[in-house]
Amino acid sequence: MTPSTGSPVLENKNPTLYQRTADREITPEELDDTVVDPFDAREIFDLIRNITDPEHPLSLEELNVVEERLCQVDDQSNTVDVTFTPTIPHCSMATLIGLCIRVKLLHSLPTRFKVTVKISPGAHVSEAAINKQLADKERVAAALENNHLIKVINECIFAAKPTFSKIERVD
Amino acid sequence: MAPESPVPTLKLVQTLKGHRGRVWNVSWHPQGNILTSCGEDKIIRLWGTEGGVEGKWVVKTTLTDGHERTIREVSWSPCGRYLASSSFDATTAIWDKKSGDYECNATLEGHENEVKSVAWARSGQVLATCSRDKTVWIWEVAEEDEYECAAVLNAHTQDVKKVMWHPNDEILASASYDNTIKMFREDPSDQEWTCVATLASHTSTVWSIAFDKTGTRLASCSDDETLKIWKVYLPGNQEGIATPDGQPVWKCVCTISGVHTRSVYDVAWCHQTDLIATACGDDTVRIFQESLDSDPNQPTFNLVATSKPSLSHTQDVNSVAWHPTVPGLLASASDDGSIILWQFIDASS
Repeated sequence: MTPSTGSPVLENKNPTLYQRTADREITPEELDDTVVDPFDAREIFDLIRNITDPEHPLSLEELNVVEERLCQVDDQSNTVDVTFTPTIPHCSMATLIGLCIRVKLLHSLPTRFKVTVKISPGAHVSEAAINKQLADKERVAAALENNHLIKVINECIFAAKPTFSKIERVD
Repeated sequence: MAPESPVPTLKLVQTLKGHRGRVWNVSWHPQGNILTSCGEDKIIRLWGTEGGVEGKWVVKTTLTDGHERTIREVSWSPCGRYLASSSFDATTAIWDKKSGDYECNATLEGHENEVKSVAWARSGQVLATCSRDKTVWIWEVAEEDEYECAAVLNAHTQDVKKVMWHPNDEILASASYDNTIKMFREDPSDQEWTCVATLASHTSTVWSIAFDKTGTRLASCSDDETLKIWKVYLPGNQEGIATPDGQPVWKCVCTISGVHTRSVYDVAWCHQTDLIATACGDDTVRIFQESLDSDPNQPTFNLVATSKPSLSHTQDVNSVAWHPTVPGLLASASDDGSIILWQFIDASS
């Protein structure tokens, strides 16, 4: 898997900006360690919304590449399905963005989850080919042994702003 | 002697831990006294027992420093003296213990990127490798520790995932990300390796393939979540299947769908019991058996045993391998870092 990792010319010079969602409101039940909280869509969204776009110093949420409504989680059957929407249908960064989302979720979620990352139907000219690459765990594993690529992915993931402001524990 | 049971079951014999990270492949030494495994940690582990296969399996030897990246597959030569390992570092290493300890005495270089699979022909004089570079390479053993590339086959249009030799004949089968399986053989008239068959029916990546003991049937498994059985029809076959250019024709005679719920990463066809085992991305090992009244041209295979979720791998199963001499003994390897030894126990009735 060799997604391009940076082009001298911006493909989408003026992306539309979207409002950031407010931080999640923490309920008393969520702070209560005796209550089991299943993973929910908002939690998945919070993990990926601050990943930085490879091309702009903006988050995937601000570019509307990821949306909470496109994150699906089934805690019972251990599946997480995320679809993302590249800003333009011929975006050469689409595979890289998909890899960033995949890597972030692989690193953050318990191993019991089966993670699927796909392009929103109709949002990219190479949708089927990119979806097939992102679903091929052998190609993903090989890509993640490529030092240059992993550096780029880490920059996108770790440039992320913290998901939550500091939570004061209420006893 | 396996204990009796009212229904066929897959009994967990032992869980082998030691690898760090994903285990990609397990394979048995042809005599069955060594189990070999490899994966993400770039270490090949050779497992053995004290006194026969009944004993407890422990790591006997680790082979390190052979590869710089993930080791994808390990494969023993039919004579059992050489071990080949293929790696994402684009090389294939050949190991032997002529000096007393296992050493890498030859490295096959030529692929442009990840080598996904390596297999020895029955003669032990020919090897095949395949890669994401879309090619299949045929290597001939020239002399001691010397391997020469005899052919570079460009028939696939994508990543080649698996190579497997016919059990009795020098025919090579390969499975690919291009959704097809291809067969190759050396043309006796000009010694050129050529593609003699393309098996198209899967709708996504074909991850693995396995011949039955006669080599007249092939099982294939895919990202499309199916298992398929193919049968060869020779020129002049009584079924009247056309064989253009006098070449044998492979037809898909059975598709098992609706059983696996994610990608099927490996398939193994036991040459002693005729059982088929699959390794699936839904964390499950499954055993299939052909029904007794099966029509050869439209065979029926039944799912007869499944690993229990509470007592099995906790992540994708990547590889399955039947023991070469002990009927029903199976090894599986998983993303969860473990290898499990299973015993298939047939129903007593």
